[in-house]
Amino acid sequence: MERSKKYMNPYLAGMLIGVFMIAAYYFSGEGLGASGALKSVVVATTDIVAHDYATEHSYFSARVSDPENPPIKTWLVFEVLGVLVGAIISAAFAGRIKLETIKSPHITNKTRLIAAGIGGLLFGIGSQLGRGCTSGMVMSGMGVLSLSGFIGLMAIFGGGYVLAYFFRKLWI
Amino acid sequence: MGPLFPQEIIGEEFNILIGFFIGIGFGFLLEAAGFTNTRKLAGVFYGYDFVVLKVFFSAAITAAIGLFIMNHFGLIDMSAIYYPKTFWIPTLIGGLIMAFGFIIGGFCPGTSMCAAITGKIDAMVFVGGALIGVFLYAFTYEPLWETLRNSGAMGEVNIADWLGIDSGLFILLLTFVAAAAFYAVTIIQKKVTEKGDYQL
Repeated sequence: MERSKKYMNPYLAGMLIGVFMIAAYYFSGEGLGASGALKSVVVATTDIVAHDYATEHSYFSARVSDPENPPIKTWLVFEVLGVLVGAIISAAFAGRIKLETIKSPHITNKTRLIAAGIGGLLFGIGSQLGRGCTSGMVMSGMGVLSLSGFIGLMAIFGGGYVLAYFFRKLWI
Repeated sequence: MGPLFPQEIIGEEFNILIGFFIGIGFGFLLEAAGFTNTRKLAGVFYGYDFVVLKVFFSAAITAAIGLFIMNHFGLIDMSAIYYPKTFWIPTLIGGLIMAFGFIIGGFCPGTSMCAAITGKIDAMVFVGGALIGVFLYAFTYEPLWETLRNSGAMGEVNIADWLGIDSGLFILLLTFVAAAAFYAVTIIQKKVTEKGDYQL
């Protein structure tokens, strides 16, 4: 198998992400996020398809009431669009753009894809309830020493370690 | 003095453009660190690859130190940023749901988007699942989640204040903990991969 270009040193990558996080707080007063953009997509789609429903229900209403600021035009949506562009640039340079399913050799593609779908669904729900995901709530929260970031860290990674044994067949 | 946009030093359009470019840097680094490979991500839970822990703590500590110093020298006013409010109950429960999502699905939202856009089919399914999850949550918000989501409200809580210590001291302690963790996981990873039951 052709070996794609090596990955960046993790400490260097982490420090540079930290620098971008500082820039995000310095310029925009916001951390680096991801799941908030999913919320914007859902709110905007619902607003287009069922505007009346969106204005009457509290999950959507705060974001759809102002015609000057459509729900899709948020800082986070553009930040996430940038994330997509950045990932493509890096993968293109490293020769890693390839249509494939990455999985443990001991499971089938079907198992991997079903697990990915279920995992995504749970992460989608959890990120909304928990007020952000690993990026926006935990990592960016830790950067500003927010208690919620550390609670999220314990819950997501601590929970992951507790659960790892039961789901080991998916991975090793 | 920062933050620039919340204090109306830069306009909204420019702010959004900055967000786009910051996103490019973030996405580039996530991909370059290997975060589009679900097995590298899951490795943190099985001891064969700790890249997640190394990148994650390096980033959080770099930002914490940088912002602490900038705040100290008056370059950024931390009271003017969008400081995350703590709601400990939903964050704990939501975090545990996300733990299930992580160990079953092998991604988090940011990494799945990077992986999906660079061709990983499993990540495309994860992103689809996440969108369905957010839709399900959104349409059941009022009866199922609203009360829970707003419970355990503590306001804007800085963990150092909460522990009753100085922020600088907390960051120093966090750095020591991270350095010890980096050292420990390097040894663990070597032992696990030497057994040879893992191949990337």
